[in-house]
Amino acid sequence: MGPIVGIDLGTTNSLVAYMQGNEPVVIPGVDGSNLVPSIVTLDPLSTDATAEATPRPTVTVGNSARRALIATPERAIYSVKRLMGRGIEDIGEELKLFPFRIAPDVQPGEVLRITLGEMSFTPSEISAYILRQLKRNAERFLGTPVKQAVITVPAYFNDAQRQATRDAGRMAGLDVLRLVNEPTAAALAYGLDRATDGSEPVRTVAVYDLGGGTFDVSILRLNDGIFEVVATNGDTHLGGDDIDNLLLVVALDEIRAEHGVDLRQQPDAIQALRKAVIEAKIALSAESVAKLDIELPGGDRYRREIPRAVYEQLISPVLERTAGPCRQALADAGIVPEQVDEVVLVGGSTRIPAVRTLVDEIFHLSARGRKPHTELNPDEVVAMGAAVQASILAGNSAATDQLLLLDVTPLSLGIEALGGVVARVLQRNSTIPASATEHFTTGVDGQTNVAIHVLQGERELARDCRSLARFDLKGIPPMPAGLPRIEVKFLIDANGILQVSAREQRSGIEAQIEVKPTYGLTDEQVETMILDSFDHAEEDFAERQLIEARLEADTILSAVAKAPENAAWSLLTENERSAVFAARDHLAATQSGSDLKAIRAATTALDQATRRFAELMMDQAVSAAMRGKTMQAADRTLNADEIHAPHPFAPAQINQQPDQQPEQQLATTSATGESHD
Amino acid sequence: MNCTSCQKPMQGSLLVCAACGAVQGDGAAAIDYFQALGVERKFGLNAGDLEREFHRLSRRLHPDRFVRATAEEQQNSLRATALLNDAWRTLRDPVERVEYLLKIEGHAVGEEHAGKGKSAERQPPPDLLEEVFELNMQLEELRMSQKMGETAEASVVADLTAAATRFEAMLQTVDERLAVEGAKWDSGESRAQAASRMIELLDRRRYVRNLVRDVRETLKTAA
Repeated sequence: MGPIVGIDLGTTNSLVAYMQGNEPVVIPGVDGSNLVPSIVTLDPLSTDATAEATPRPTVTVGNSARRALIATPERAIYSVKRLMGRGIEDIGEELKLFPFRIAPDVQPGEVLRITLGEMSFTPSEISAYILRQLKRNAERFLGTPVKQAVITVPAYFNDAQRQATRDAGRMAGLDVLRLVNEPTAAALAYGLDRATDGSEPVRTVAVYDLGGGTFDVSILRLNDGIFEVVATNGDTHLGGDDIDNLLLVVALDEIRAEHGVDLRQQPDAIQALRKAVIEAKIALSAESVAKLDIELPGGDRYRREIPRAVYEQLISPVLERTAGPCRQALADAGIVPEQVDEVVLVGGSTRIPAVRTLVDEIFHLSARGRKPHTELNPDEVVAMGAAVQASILAGNSAATDQLLLLDVTPLSLGIEALGGVVARVLQRNSTIPASATEHFTTGVDGQTNVAIHVLQGERELARDCRSLARFDLKGIPPMPAGLPRIEVKFLIDANGILQVSAREQRSGIEAQIEVKPTYGLTDEQVETMILDSFDHAEEDFAERQLIEARLEADTILSAVAKAPENAAWSLLTENERSAVFAARDHLAATQSGSDLKAIRAATTALDQATRRFAELMMDQAVSAAMRGKTMQAADRTLNADEIHAPHPFAPAQINQQPDQQPEQQLATTSATGESHD
Repeated sequence: MNCTSCQKPMQGSLLVCAACGAVQGDGAAAIDYFQALGVERKFGLNAGDLEREFHRLSRRLHPDRFVRATAEEQQNSLRATALLNDAWRTLRDPVERVEYLLKIEGHAVGEEHAGKGKSAERQPPPDLLEEVFELNMQLEELRMSQKMGETAEASVVADLTAAATRFEAMLQTVDERLAVEGAKWDSGESRAQAASRMIELLDRRRYVRNLVRDVRETLKTAA
């Protein structure tokens, strides 16, 4: 059996970790970084006339994709997690704030597709590209094929969002053994050393997880190695992204008011500005004031000092939205804050001092002389917990032998009854796997079908809950009305995903059920989206690794070959340039050999030699985005009615030229070049 | 009942064989929550014992333990764990435990018992009739003044708060009486009488609980 890795598929960053002995360890990428930014860009399609008729898209994932986000924003996407398992009718808010370009032919009730350049992709496919990158990083690091994984999801993810995540894993060639809730994973990472000796009293732990795009809170009881979640709550659309957007709006408004420049129509300028406000946000976690200093089209500069007090006042409404779910979780757990023994902080946004103050207030911490847990890196702790769960599943480590996670379903399950009201069949915070049985009958003589609408949510009316699935119970033997007794069994599995089965009890006939997921892909659709048969082929792993290593080398070599054309090149010192050339020549010489380690070492060496160049290039891209687009911007203003560049403050563009987005079969997609930087 | 795998008689929980460790397959579908947790069918259960048994069985049955097993074993583990969790959820709550036990003993409880449309919640227990009438008048008064945007009369708010507290105490009493009747049933004497008293108590409990909820919610919006 190959290794089982743990993956944190995050809104902003993704990570892969595994259990090394008794310790969870995060696996770095080729660039040495543990975090793979959840950014995917579509590379320019090959224009080679000899290429096959269907375009073979290649994508770039992670740090290397960051640059493209500014240089070619129309081919890039970030924060795709916000779209997982959702339909076009429930993403209105996201479209106002994120530059998502939804393909023009997506209908309500259908799975979304996002336009990148000439093509379009489902959110699961985009996530699959990220997962495949993580899979490759793990294979590269471990030197063995990786086929099985545990993937984390926000605890408050609903059924459709979970299914979309599992589908993404399958498309990336991963057998997803378990979906684990992020806060629970974090608790596992923290509790590893202490919970198994049997002498500890039962402890109550609250996990506060504020990530890039989602917020979760979970209350757990730790009892002799059993991690039992008692209550969970959250908001799947609340996170650091919201803070970024607030700062961005303020900056855009000020730029327009003070300099008469409206950047809202320029996606590249917006991305550059977003980068600047994110840096300011990060700085404000350590400093009492942050500075923005940005060159504007026309040569003006937007200069702004943001004192922390102003910043905290600005973001306080966003942070305040996390308080309600915390109080609800405490109420559902039937406890008061004083009964919480420990609080664990997870997610990059918990670095913000104002968040820590709020958490302190909610759980009455300093009043009791307590501090929240922040010992583990808040960006990495979820992936580490996923690795612990992977080890529990593998059952091959003494460290995790006695651990067991008992999680809950975050949302109540119900069915639509007469008058559009919801009849609850399973309450939220039920330990999973959980099941519920309901009985149905017919209303008309001879009726052979019964339609059932399954919902998830806490509201009284069906229209206010999340539609999970609609299905027909077919093949009911004709009988007088009210006589058939149809037993429908709902089963939520350990991943939080629903299964349904039904039986007509008088005749014993198993009713056929067609569960049509409201925003899901069918198995057949998922099959066609599996990224590359390449990964599944039973070819020699070592050979594949060698091919990949050579491709990595190719990518970076061709980037270096083009380097002197870039303005940033002239900013390097003579020494820096000759170091680049030396590393380049060494890699070129090594590449054709078959020593995998040597090729990788040479690739890493060249990557490091060009690091400063890459940074300079990034800066150039940012200022070019701000400065160099005035002509184009003027051009766009003329056609403002017909062409709207997608940007964070207007409905995302439902694409102008539909004929440029042919339906793509991605079954044979081969992607290369993600792994360089 | 014998183990589907080793054929030895089952002991304790009917979900997993104590002798050979096999998780039981289809046969497990017909077992009740008490059998799932391997405890006696009675009202008075020790919460600590129940939890320990739940945890012990979870370690044996949970799908996490069967990731590399056959598809059939995985399916058995999933079903058995779901049943175990359902059982734990129901039996750990004393009131739900009463409702469940009465139901599997063949008694009609709650809405089934009251029939559709005239659900028990709507009909106050006779001895509370007068008090409930009074309470509803005050609730109505409070809601009216809320509607008009006026501040509610302090005396009405005080009366309602007092009533809510009184009814909450009543819930407490009902729960204590349920425990007493449960113990009688457990002892085996005059079970029918104990059961019918418990059904009455459950109706009363449901009614009072809804009443308290209404009052508390109205008071909250008035605050």
